This record gives sequence, C-alpha cells and structure tokens, in this order.
Amino acid sequence: MTLHAILFYLLAGLILGTTALAVTRRNLVHAVVYLVLSFFGTAMLFYLFGAPLLAALEVIIYAGAIMVLFLFIIMMLRVDRSPEPLFPLRQGLPALGVVLTYLSVGGLMLRGGAPDEGALATAVAEPQAFGLFLFQRHWLAVEIVSLLLLVALVGALHVSRRAGSEEKEEEEGAA
Amino acid sequence: MIVPYSQVLILAGTLFLLGLFCTVARRNLIMMLLGVEIMLNAAMVALIGGALRWQTMEGHALVLFIFAVAAAEVSIGLALIVCLHRGKASMDPGAYNALG
Repeated sequence: MTLHAILFYLLAGLILGTTALAVTRRNLVHAVVYLVLSFFGTAMLFYLFGAPLLAALEVIIYAGAIMVLFLFIIMMLRVDRSPEPLFPLRQGLPALGVVLTYLSVGGLMLRGGAPDEGALATAVAEPQAFGLFLFQRHWLAVEIVSLLLLVALVGALHVSRRAGSEEKEEEEGAA
Repeated sequence: MIVPYSQVLILAGTLFLLGLFCTVARRNLIMMLLGVEIMLNAAMVALIGGALRWQTMEGHALVLFIFAVAAAEVSIGLALIVCLHRGKASMDPGAYNALG
C-alpha cells in the first residue's frame, strides 16, 4: 500500500464519517459545521486526484460561500430544534425503499464485476492548462453558466422582494 | 499509484446514498437542501476520479459547471425557504401542501 492509497483511505473515512454525523444531527448549525469538515476532506481528495484549482474552488465556493449562506439563513430564521423524532416513521418506509433499491442496484453492479484494472496513476491538471482547455473547448458552456448565475441572482432578488412588498401591502391594507 | 477506480466509485456511491437518505428521510427543508448538496458533492468525487482514470480534463470542466449550478440552486432554494417561512413559520415540508 502506497502513501497515496493510505491518504485516500484516511480521507474517505473522514468524508464518510463527518457526512454521516451531519445527516443525523438534530441541531442544524452542528450539521452544517460537520458538512464543512466533509467538504474540506473532499477538497483534499481533489488535491490528491490532481485537481489543485478545483480543490481551492471547493473550499472557497462550497465550504466558504454555500455553507456560510446556509448558516446565515439558519440563524436568520431562528429555526428551533424540532421536538419531533429525527427520522419520522412516516418517512421511514419510502427512505428504506429508496435505500434498498439503491443498495441492490449497486450490489448487482459490483457483482457484474469491473475488469481488474490497476491503481490510478497520479497526474496533475495545472490550473493554466485547465483554464486554456476550458476556454478553448467549453467556452459556450462557460457563457451559459454565467448567464445561469445572473438569472439565479435576479430570481433570488425577485423572490425576496416580492415577499417584502406583500407584507407592505398588508400593512397598508390594515392601516 | 493511488487506488483502483472502483474504490473511488464505492466512496462516491456511499456519499450519494447518505445524501439521498438525508433528502428523503429528514422532514426539514434546510436538511433536504443539504442532502442535495451532499449528492452533488458525491457526483463531483466520481467525476474527478474518472478524469484521473482516463487522463482527460473533461471531468474537471464538468465539476466547474456543477459548482455554478450548485451555487445557483442554493441561492434560489434558500430564497424560497425564506419566502415560505414568512408565510407560515414552519420548516416542515408537509406544512406546505396548498397552492397559492
């Protein structure tokens, strides 16, 4: 077992452990913080797999921006710890069905057997080469994605403003 | 030499299963959105592993686009949750069963 393999198993254990803890937390803030740890582990896994730019972006965008947005919303809405059970029975049967289907399909795929291939060789995608590749081969997709982000920004603004203006109208109607 | 690609797929599959379970079993809007994030993360792990397996950068490009889609999804989803919360002050998806 090489050093890289040991690192992979350590990171896999970290990612799966912290994600499982996050899924089973009752306190939403704890769940988000455990998920940040999981995303840090994923970033290190990306670095191990030779994607340093994407590892940095994972920390900046996923662990940084998205999870902080979640924390912000949780604290803004003051979501209380719900007294109801963590996994209600009403959801138990569908969840069990989905999990069993998933596991059986996965088991069949494993039994089908991948051809015995060797371990992955290490390689690094330099950020410069990756950027050139991206803007030479996928420039249209980059433009579309930028448009998508703009639409999401406008949509989020619209959704939150409409709710605000409705409240104002109600207040004016009451007055 | 790291590990065979099948083990990377097993890791990504288990992570995806955790996200799926979180989305289906939890009755809390924010936890359901977190489950979707976990599933996207699992897809990214599989893509990066595949890019290394076939020594191409297509997987990296796709992961970059997944970042953008995840950011858009979370911003819209959280804005909708805030909008819903103003109306009923409940985090239970079962409370929102009426149109309009």
